[in-house]
Amino acid sequence: MASQVNGVDLRVSIGTLSLKNPVMTASGTFGYAREFMPYVNLHRLGAVVVKGISLEPRSGNPPPRIVETSAGMLNAIGLENVGVERFISDKMASLQGIPVPVFVNILGDTLDEYKEIAARLAGVQGVAGIEVNISCPNVKKGGVAFGTVPEMAAAVTSAVKAESTVPVVVKLSPNVTDISAIARSVEDAGADAVSLINTLIGMAIDSRSRRPRLANVIGGLSGPAIKPVALRMVYQVAQAVSIPVIGIGGIETAEDVVEFMLAGATAVQIGTANFVNPRASEDAVEGLAHYVAEQKLGSVRELIGGLILP
Amino acid sequence: MSQFQEKTQIIRIERFASDIVRLTLDSPDIASLAQPGQFVMVRTGNSNDPLLRRPFSISQTSNGKHFQILFKVVGRGTSLLAHCREGEYLSVLGPLGQGFRVDCQRTHCLVGGGMGIAPLLFLGKYLSRKCTRNPPLVILGARTREELDPLVNDFNELGLSVHSATDDGTLGHHGLVTDVLKGLDLGPNCQAYVCGPHPMMAAVHLLCKDRGYACQVSMETSMACGMGACLGCIVPVERGGYAHACCDGPVFDAKELLWQVK
Repeated sequence: MASQVNGVDLRVSIGTLSLKNPVMTASGTFGYAREFMPYVNLHRLGAVVVKGISLEPRSGNPPPRIVETSAGMLNAIGLENVGVERFISDKMASLQGIPVPVFVNILGDTLDEYKEIAARLAGVQGVAGIEVNISCPNVKKGGVAFGTVPEMAAAVTSAVKAESTVPVVVKLSPNVTDISAIARSVEDAGADAVSLINTLIGMAIDSRSRRPRLANVIGGLSGPAIKPVALRMVYQVAQAVSIPVIGIGGIETAEDVVEFMLAGATAVQIGTANFVNPRASEDAVEGLAHYVAEQKLGSVRELIGGLILP
Repeated sequence: MSQFQEKTQIIRIERFASDIVRLTLDSPDIASLAQPGQFVMVRTGNSNDPLLRRPFSISQTSNGKHFQILFKVVGRGTSLLAHCREGEYLSVLGPLGQGFRVDCQRTHCLVGGGMGIAPLLFLGKYLSRKCTRNPPLVILGARTREELDPLVNDFNELGLSVHSATDDGTLGHHGLVTDVLKGLDLGPNCQAYVCGPHPMMAAVHLLCKDRGYACQVSMETSMACGMGACLGCIVPVERGGYAHACCDGPVFDAKELLWQVK
């Protein structure tokens, strides 16, 4: 147990927010946290990021929405969620009882939608931070994803930042030519941190039926399969910006957490692994405490960017 | 609701037909709490590939200690499970989902097809103990005698007689379970419990609707987590939108679902 490894300092900071350890849960993989209470001691975690919220409710894509691939999974959930009003009225009460910071992930089809959701969440008790999903298509710009054009990514960031009273993390899409350029643009626009990577766009086909395995045809790839790509991007972005980087992508164990921190991450998010092992986040905290103690580090922060190059 | 993540030991492996396997797992926590119609998520090994757990209905519990899952080998995950050995351990999450809702005042009819028979055995056992005045009527179908025979025997051991149907006519009626159901008069107070291939459940639902029987179905979908987080296991519902098989189901009132009948 983490608490049994005495005197280990696992604290990290994201903007003005201090986390008791760097292990967070990734949006869309941890429900509204309540679902995981039978399995996880939530107070052991660094922070929780809840399912992405849009201005209006969304029913999501038709089935099949998920398909397993080699060491990973593709999903095309279609951002199913209850919308910001019902989120506040129905879900916030139980989230307010959670003894760790709660980040609310937000998404929109237009700049105004992002702005409005952020304004609606401002001052809501229990919202410790905002994570902005910029992988959505901008319907006013022909469906180009906000996260793929530096100027659009920056515009979303400043819009949300202007409405928010809590730290704003911008979640970056890996489906771009130069993720460092996007990271710099959102940093310049005022982001308190960046989190990466969102899922890699992929596809699976059934050779017998000759049909796509997802009703949406394409979907987002996650899981251990994407970890090397995520590590590389975290490594590059950490050198390009001076705000904290939150690493995401195929993280399952304490060893994975250490690798991402060495690459430059200040914190990490555990995603798909929650589906396989609902206790994955707590197990990672526990393993990380042991690692820090065993390596005789003064604090976990010594790992950040501590990669030894050849 | 209590749910557990446990390493459970494989107590017994039985192989029916060439590709049908039944595992008996040791888990007092899960076995003592499970309700008929609930399911478990099973990890097929320790590696990352295949990555996701597989959902299985609980097909029986015994003595509040053991529970069984029954499956056909259809892919890599089930193939790995079929090659496990007695004494090995499997990581299991459960019991999960909403099971069958039972009212002993009704007459009960269980209709199962193929591996969909699995959760009905648990229900049959429950009904024969709880609703002793009116034992359930059981209609089971499968491809062949080889496949169906051991499953029929399980019901017979509970003292329940079974109407059988096989695709090849090697056991019971040569044809579909719906043919058998059509030939029976179950009275207006009937509650049908159905699990099997989607077209079979759709056909039974329509028949029940026609005759005024209540009908509960257990839906099988692919899912990543089994606990309401991945949102992958949706089923279309009559009022529009989707329900989630893992936590709204897997057992639904058939009238609430949107059936795509050809």
